[in-house]
Amino acid sequence: MTRFSAFSLFAKALGGHQSWPELWPDAQPKAEYDAIIVGAGGHGLGAAYYLAKKYGITNVAVIEKGWLGGGNTGRNTTIVRSNYLYDESAHLYDHAVKLWDGLSQELNFNVMYSKRGVMMLAHNVHDVQSFQRHIHANRLNGVDNEWLTPEEAKEYCPPLDLNPNARYPIMGAALQRRGGTARHDSVAWGYARAAAALGVDIIQNCAVTGIRRGADGAIEGVETERGFIKSKKVGVSAAGNTSVIMQMAGLEFPLESYPLQALVSEPVKPVFPCVVMSNTVHAYISQSDKGELVIGAGTDQYVSYSQRGALHIVEHTVAAICEIFPMFRRMRMLRNWGGIVDVTPDRSPILGKTPVKGLYVNCGWGTGGFKATPGAGDLLAYTMAKDEPHWINAPYNLDRFRNGRLIDEAAAAAVAH
Amino acid sequence: MILIHCPYCDDIRPELEFAYAGEAHIARPADPSALSDAEWEKYLFIRANPRGRHNERWRHVHGCGRFFNAVRDTVTDKFELTYKAGEPRK
Repeated sequence: MTRFSAFSLFAKALGGHQSWPELWPDAQPKAEYDAIIVGAGGHGLGAAYYLAKKYGITNVAVIEKGWLGGGNTGRNTTIVRSNYLYDESAHLYDHAVKLWDGLSQELNFNVMYSKRGVMMLAHNVHDVQSFQRHIHANRLNGVDNEWLTPEEAKEYCPPLDLNPNARYPIMGAALQRRGGTARHDSVAWGYARAAAALGVDIIQNCAVTGIRRGADGAIEGVETERGFIKSKKVGVSAAGNTSVIMQMAGLEFPLESYPLQALVSEPVKPVFPCVVMSNTVHAYISQSDKGELVIGAGTDQYVSYSQRGALHIVEHTVAAICEIFPMFRRMRMLRNWGGIVDVTPDRSPILGKTPVKGLYVNCGWGTGGFKATPGAGDLLAYTMAKDEPHWINAPYNLDRFRNGRLIDEAAAAAVAH
Repeated sequence: MILIHCPYCDDIRPELEFAYAGEAHIARPADPSALSDAEWEKYLFIRANPRGRHNERWRHVHGCGRFFNAVRDTVTDKFELTYKAGEPRK
């Protein structure tokens, strides 16, 4: 693997950039692996990388039915933050934010993690009280989050409109300075390249068609479009298609798959310095390094696997953005798309073991999985390597829907997050 | 915009008039106190979430206001048929 550096860039430039090697080889499946990951998104590739890097299991395959990073990894709005209310959530998401720091150096691949700050606007008294409660809870958990007056918010994000006669006046904001954005494709590519260099096989265009279990019920391997692949450990990180994969293993999951849409504007000069979210108006916006405004909101209303949503949902999202930022009213939108997100009843993920021996799962991230990419990968790898969950993901077990120990971020955020 | 047939109004109306109301044919337990934790889990949280044919409830909120059931393909979002609440699964 060529190590990227200023020197290698210069040396390759002399050859007209014709001699760059491929980032990872297109692997063919072997007969048997020590571990198989289903789904080559950021989470799955991250898990494969950490299995090889931290836990010494290098005979690993990542199986993907489409192309690498082509699911929700390439369809999100790239926001990274960890200002969640509950202790379990703060630990989980902050584990990821800590890994985001230094990820570019670790992977030798620029994931463009930009700590530009994530600002959540308060438009009414309830928002103010709720965000201040979040801030106090976050601080107790060592997660940075601070309260800004409207003037301080305006100073941090000049496009804000402080007009007191606005339909949604700004009464203050919560700001997580460590939050920000990252280049989503780079995360998948960086993990894929680093994992492949450690011996991981990345097998694209190879859908899993069945999961084979032995007489004792334990996992024996997966049936794929390219034949049976043997493995005693299978980790499923298939986002919206998790229910379908789990049904192959005979498991019913508390998941529903919804389309989540996002859209970008035409590229413009730097105009928007941070990420701004509004739970009340329900939209979020940031500007990519390419100059596009990246806009998103909540899921569509009905269960679907169509990877596109209804246009009136987008219209509602754009209307919300125009309410908060009248300056964007004449901005032209360039394209919109949808991804399929798997939503749990309590809006917290399921990350750990399943009732089937040798089958592990990382799912249920709903509308907020991108921010957790490095953390989810690391914790899935830990759980698969040790056959027991890390203390951070132990509360995110499947049993919580039976014993009632929900981690109810749905109620805490009162909004898709 | 998807067009949906309301079996009560017997009219095809735009999706905006309707609200989705989750998976259909999930019966409320007849004797709640007799349910085990596993049965509660299944009733409250486990959903079919199929990739394909899905029986689901809709409500004609900006019309007659009534709940009805529908069969929709979750890959194409195409409605196969709608039927009145109380009719057997189709």
